[in-house]
Amino acid sequence: MSQALHADREKEKMSDAPPASWTSMREAMHAEWTKLRTVPGTIWLLLAVIALTAALGVVADAAAKCPSSGCGIDPARTSFTGIYLSQAIVAILAVLAISSEYSSGMIRATFTAMPRRTTVLAAKAVILTGQVLAAGTVAVLGSLLAGRLILPGHGFTAAHGYPPLSLGDGPVLRAAAGTVLYLALIALLSLGVATAVRDSAAAIGIVLGLLYLIPIIATAVNVPNWHRHLQQIAPMTAGLAIQATTGLRSLPISPWAGLGVLAAWAAAALLTGCLLLTLRDA
Amino acid sequence: MTSPTITPYSSDLQAGRDGFAQLLRAEWTKFRTVRGWLIAMIIAALVTVGIGLLNHSSCGTVTPGGLTVGCSALVGPGGEAVTDSFYFVHQPLAGNGSITVRVSSLTGQSRGQAGLQPWSKAGIIIKASTRPGSAYAAMMVTAGHGVRMQYDYTGDIAGTPGAVSAASPRWLRLTRSGDTVTGYESADGTRWTTVGTVHLAGLPATVQAGLFAASPGSSQSTSQSISGGGAAGGIGLATAIFDHVSLPAQQAGGTWAGDDVGGNAGNGAAVGIGFHHAGGTFTVTGSGDIAPASADGGGTPIEQTLLGAFGGLIAVIVVAAMFMTAEYRRGLIRITLTASPRRGQVLAAKAVVIGSVTFIAGLAGSAAAVLLGERLLRSNGNYILPVSTLTEIRVIAGTAAVLAVAAVLALALGALLRSSAAAITAAITAIVLPYLFANTLAVLPAGAADWVLRVTPAAGFAIQQTLVQYPQVTASYTPANGYYPLAPWAGFAVLCGYAVLALGLAVILIRRRDA
Repeated sequence: MSQALHADREKEKMSDAPPASWTSMREAMHAEWTKLRTVPGTIWLLLAVIALTAALGVVADAAAKCPSSGCGIDPARTSFTGIYLSQAIVAILAVLAISSEYSSGMIRATFTAMPRRTTVLAAKAVILTGQVLAAGTVAVLGSLLAGRLILPGHGFTAAHGYPPLSLGDGPVLRAAAGTVLYLALIALLSLGVATAVRDSAAAIGIVLGLLYLIPIIATAVNVPNWHRHLQQIAPMTAGLAIQATTGLRSLPISPWAGLGVLAAWAAAALLTGCLLLTLRDA
Repeated sequence: MTSPTITPYSSDLQAGRDGFAQLLRAEWTKFRTVRGWLIAMIIAALVTVGIGLLNHSSCGTVTPGGLTVGCSALVGPGGEAVTDSFYFVHQPLAGNGSITVRVSSLTGQSRGQAGLQPWSKAGIIIKASTRPGSAYAAMMVTAGHGVRMQYDYTGDIAGTPGAVSAASPRWLRLTRSGDTVTGYESADGTRWTTVGTVHLAGLPATVQAGLFAASPGSSQSTSQSISGGGAAGGIGLATAIFDHVSLPAQQAGGTWAGDDVGGNAGNGAAVGIGFHHAGGTFTVTGSGDIAPASADGGGTPIEQTLLGAFGGLIAVIVVAAMFMTAEYRRGLIRITLTASPRRGQVLAAKAVVIGSVTFIAGLAGSAAAVLLGERLLRSNGNYILPVSTLTEIRVIAGTAAVLAVAAVLALALGALLRSSAAAITAAITAIVLPYLFANTLAVLPAGAADWVLRVTPAAGFAIQQTLVQYPQVTASYTPANGYYPLAPWAGFAVLCGYAVLALGLAVILIRRRDA
């Protein structure tokens, strides 16, 4: 009798509260934020993303030369060269976000506390995306500043058809914002792959293989259409089309479509990871 | 009180030996009993072959780099691919004899503007026949490299430097005696100096002797575009003025014949190729080059079949790093180091095991990739640039060695960083990314790309190179076209240096750190 009353009261209480899934998502995000924040590696990896992007950008700026007008070099792409390297750091960060839980057995505690596994993965994805967007923005702005300061000294002057890099310029803004989004999508792709294979070594091998290997394979395929198709579907070459500010006609894929291809890769990896996560034992 | 003597206990068992051989056996057992690692090694070999077989370009197509896939190529007397096109004004020369001329002018145009390429050339030549690819020896003046004696495409001997003009003409002479041809030069036609004596095996009794002119097309490499750098060039023309021509053996009784050897599509006359003979003065205009072929001359180098090694490389790096980091993850390292406290030796044993296993897997993969790839390319009508058997062995074994050394590097990084993800990323970005920058994406200007392939571990891939850079050939010798800045073994040494450095650091750290 009294028990039934108690249960009724519980029900009443719950109807006042926000929907259960909402709460659990917020709590899951709070838990994941605490986990990622308190692991000392996270902050170092994020700092490495910023430092490597800017440093490699400076080196590429210093190596670039534009002796005459129409030298065909894309200043934005040159400034953002560092992304080729820092995406690998982002991949480490994303892979470790889930695979470190598997290697330490922590994942079982996590799933006991929060049995909705999809929610856990979604929370990880949101926190990770936030961190990468923040670090990526700083990295891209740093690279842009370096390009603005260094490139005019190497012939990228208004006389040669290159106004100084500025976010007020539409294509440059697209390249900068797109590069930040590119890093976030690489993080999501890596998270999906790591969720699917669970082992950090295998996951990072697969991600870096997808990114770096397909462009190399593409050079082996000499049939022109195939070569173009490979560049259109490769996550790196397609995704980085967003960095182009000159010579848009000769791109294998248009900037936003290219980023869309990468988004499709990330979505496919996350879906596969999510499916395997719910089907398998932890 | 007398206490009984206590004999300390000693086991009857023989103490086990604990030399390096035992360590090797222990590490080999660890490797062999993890099924995933064995499978990954087999995958590495299969990927190396599989990606290589994608390379099924058919002849006549244009590669993304802007190079034409050749269907056939000329082969010179030495067996190497050559280009042989020039304008030849000739007479037969029976038996021994010599030809002498005075050159008073060398002018030309390239890319439709007046000007010469540094290796635009004109002079006299003794050639087995007018067939392209036949043996020859020539004395010539060049636009930027002075007087040269060149023979059989790869030979190049320097004479007096300086350009030719009406004020400072050059006298050139070639003398044939049996199979030897000697080249002379003179400033005044009386005092002669010998430039070189060369031996041309199998020169027929009657050869063609005469005047020639040739100029390679200009090539200018463009550095940046995502689809790879291309070469933009134009036809080059060289015009030379000769007088005091003498062929003493014939005493000018014969008539001079003009031939556009290896003629460019038969439109030679339209652009001015040909010769003009008036009052003992010859004006000869020619295009092309007599030289060893460069990569853009058509033909596929065998290292093209080994691009799959990059796929194998990634698999090998993953396994090699895990071979070390797995010990840390499960705490096995404490047992390993308790059983064999010589930590440096443990690391050395691991390096030997992973290096040997990778070398064997890599050797199987690259040998199959080259042999199958060659057949496939040939059956598609491609021309594969000829190489000696020794070079082919160097390319195959060298690729396996690059994989093995990369595995050792990844193992050492695993010991240094103690994290699979970090070690694998460090190894892959150190080896694959510089290659991608310099060769595939061409995001760097050519000079910077050269430096990247000199100082990073990616220099090791130079061991796959069969293309040779000739100083006397105008070509874009850039990484994007398949030319490495370092010699094969020098590049491999750079990679080895990184592996030794990382392994040395790992030994120091594994001794100092707690396990």
